[in-house]
Amino acid sequence: MDKKQLTQSVQVCYHCGEEVGSEGISWEDKSFCCSGCKMVYEILDHAGMCDYYTLDKNPGNQLRKIRNDQFSFLDDEKIQQGLIRFKYESQSHVELYLPQIHCSSCLWLLENLHRLNPAVISSQVHFERKQIKVVYDHTQLSLRRLAELLTSVGYEPYFSLHDLKTASSPVDRSRIFKLGVAGFCFSNIMMMSFPEYFGIDAQEQALQQLFRSANLLLSLPVFFYSASEFFNSAWSGIRSRFLNIDAPIALAIVVTFFRSVYEVMTQTGGGYFDSMSGIVFFMLLGRVLQDKTYRQLSFDRDYTSYFPMAVTVVRPEGVTTVSLPELALNDTILIHHGDLIPADGILTRGKALIDYSFVTGESMPVEKEMGEIIYAGGKQLGANMELLVIREVTQSYLTQLWNRQEEKKVAKEKPSFVHALSKYFTWVVFAIALTSGTYWLMQDASRALNAVTSVLIIACPCALLLSNTFTNGNILRRLARNHFYLRNAQTLENLAAADTILFDKTGTLSTGKFTEVRYHGEPLTFFQRRCLASLAAQSTHPLSKAIVTWAAIHQLIPVRSFNEIPGSGIEGLVGDELLTLGSARFVLGEAYPASAFSEVYFSWEGKVLGKFTFSNEYREGLNGLISSLKKRYAMTVVSGDQSADQSLLQHLFGREVPLLFDQLPTDKQDVVASIQEKGSRVIMVGDGLNDAGALLQADVGIAVTDDSNRFTPASDCILSADALPMLDLFLRVAKANKRIVLTAFVVSIIYNLVGLFFAVQGTLNPMIAAILMPVSSMSILLIAFGLSNWYCNRLDLK
Amino acid sequence: MSVIILLLIASISIAGLFLLAFIWNVKNGQYDDETAPAIRILFDDKKPGSQQTRHQVNPDNSSKNKAKNKATTI
Repeated sequence: MDKKQLTQSVQVCYHCGEEVGSEGISWEDKSFCCSGCKMVYEILDHAGMCDYYTLDKNPGNQLRKIRNDQFSFLDDEKIQQGLIRFKYESQSHVELYLPQIHCSSCLWLLENLHRLNPAVISSQVHFERKQIKVVYDHTQLSLRRLAELLTSVGYEPYFSLHDLKTASSPVDRSRIFKLGVAGFCFSNIMMMSFPEYFGIDAQEQALQQLFRSANLLLSLPVFFYSASEFFNSAWSGIRSRFLNIDAPIALAIVVTFFRSVYEVMTQTGGGYFDSMSGIVFFMLLGRVLQDKTYRQLSFDRDYTSYFPMAVTVVRPEGVTTVSLPELALNDTILIHHGDLIPADGILTRGKALIDYSFVTGESMPVEKEMGEIIYAGGKQLGANMELLVIREVTQSYLTQLWNRQEEKKVAKEKPSFVHALSKYFTWVVFAIALTSGTYWLMQDASRALNAVTSVLIIACPCALLLSNTFTNGNILRRLARNHFYLRNAQTLENLAAADTILFDKTGTLSTGKFTEVRYHGEPLTFFQRRCLASLAAQSTHPLSKAIVTWAAIHQLIPVRSFNEIPGSGIEGLVGDELLTLGSARFVLGEAYPASAFSEVYFSWEGKVLGKFTFSNEYREGLNGLISSLKKRYAMTVVSGDQSADQSLLQHLFGREVPLLFDQLPTDKQDVVASIQEKGSRVIMVGDGLNDAGALLQADVGIAVTDDSNRFTPASDCILSADALPMLDLFLRVAKANKRIVLTAFVVSIIYNLVGLFFAVQGTLNPMIAAILMPVSSMSILLIAFGLSNWYCNRLDLK
Repeated sequence: MSVIILLLIASISIAGLFLLAFIWNVKNGQYDDETAPAIRILFDDKKPGSQQTRHQVNPDNSSKNKAKNKATTI
């Protein structure tokens, strides 16, 4: 009951949980923030599906206004073919991406779609991927209607060009199968090796031979299937003249296997099948843990993930929808408000107000006149406009920029320090094996082979591999829990090696919104502020939105008439008052220069009252982050923006940090490259497509995002914006990683030495091997997990 | 001693069955989504259009209570 009262007192929307403002609607005993939310409620109520609201509180999503023909491109045969997975008779299977999925109510509603429309046969949600798999009757329901049905209940499917291009590749599960097989064989071999450990009565020798043969049989799948990964990796390493860590491991596995087969065949012993399959099992386990991917995230997005699937083309015979790959030169495309421009073109009709923040980082929209070239990647903020396509999608400036970066990507992979270490290790092992071999050749030749193979079995650097994979896996997991997602384990080492950090400004250090609004001029009365907010609310320009937020008025006055001139300002009649809001030239007159929108003037009945200035809002916790990073890293700020915030940033970073403004995407990339030429390892922290080049060029690219389900440019790490202040701690963990790996390794060397003590004497019996192998593996596991968890806890990480 | 051989065959074939079940699970995608099944099991199975669900909008009725109710009815 308490909860109910609480929700009533703050008046939140029953559907989406947003605060109910003046435009709120009351219906039955519930309040809704907008007619969209009420509509969804009515649909669900009508279908008897109000369980949606009982599973989770205010689970809904606010409806975004969509055009009637928003999904008309789904009627196109070719697009349908690209999307529909499977089709027969009257059934179609389709997978759609619904970024709004977030709670149990979503799951319930989406899996009960058949109650909203009987033509839906079944629907299943993949929660982590935020996907829904729908089986529907395409004779009764078109794909377009399905998309509209989902949109009508607040789940608008997201379609991008990327969906059309590639069917999602099946997940590679072979390693899991290998792990399963190895685990099965390992446990059974261990069980049947008990006679080897504890001995068996003389009259039951036949039984022992049976057990040994069974072990041999069980080890075959481990050797030929589960361990194949190590052989392949070692072989490809040797072929490219690089001795990686898998080479000595593969050697040890081969030696163990053949010596064991020899012993069983000649009935001289039981072999070391248990140790061999055990070590393969543990090493595979470590690799599986380390490479556990975050399926909901994608580190390799290209421009196709951002581009729409289809565009509206204006032809003499009428308006049609054309899928993007089929867009040809000299087509005229219609761009609606809020659409992304997919190809370079010349503006032929309408006014363009383009937000290029995604491409250049410049947060102010740019105004374009008829006849000017508009580049792909911008977002139209003005009304509808028409463009004449002058370059194909694949030839546009943006796509070219992208392809240029793709070439650089290859050279980035560096071998891990583990490989270098294992190389030394291998030489030492070879030396010991040779020495003991020659010693026994002179003393007692019959034991020479035994000693050499024992040394190779005992001293394989599998402990190093184990400590590395388990530590990496655990640290990656801890970082992910704090919303810092790494592409792979190698990124951890690259992070630890870096000594320079580059920051982008807009969207990375700042939120990219203009929430810091300052008013200079005559004080405004409440009524004036209210009128001002009402007028500004009519415009979609980011600065107008900022002014509305600044005014903090809940009840707006209806605007009688208004006129918005993109790039200049807005004027209108609010009540009986004439208000003008806009650039200096728009408000003050022709005499003033047509400067960019860094200031907005406001006039009331023809009298200028004052002006607004704007500054970016910076993320919280930056002060602490920068002061602690400053001690250990060189830093630079590269921004695509104007130098408006220079003094503030200089104050934040201190005098010695260079601040670079007006940087084009290629400039940023060049800055990174020039720092790298001086021998520094660079971390680039950025957010938009404008940083994509620099993110790829840098040793580690970190993409900052406000919502990890949203699209981030290709990068090595994805960092949730609220975790940015902890970047310093993450870097410290990355540095600790190597120390922990080495500690675990040193401990394992002690076990190796004990084993070697027996091995060089040629007296390694199965019992010792059977104890050493699991004990050393388990203790490495414990050390790796324990130390990495201890370190993360010490830094107060989640 | 033939009993040991029998036991051996039995134990390995049972373990083998589990291995097959594991491979089948993985292939079937049962480990793909670790979140949804945990939520899904708590949903009531109601017949489409059942009148009982209409206008039943008590926000305090959390999914936990439901699971409990379900458990008691079983």
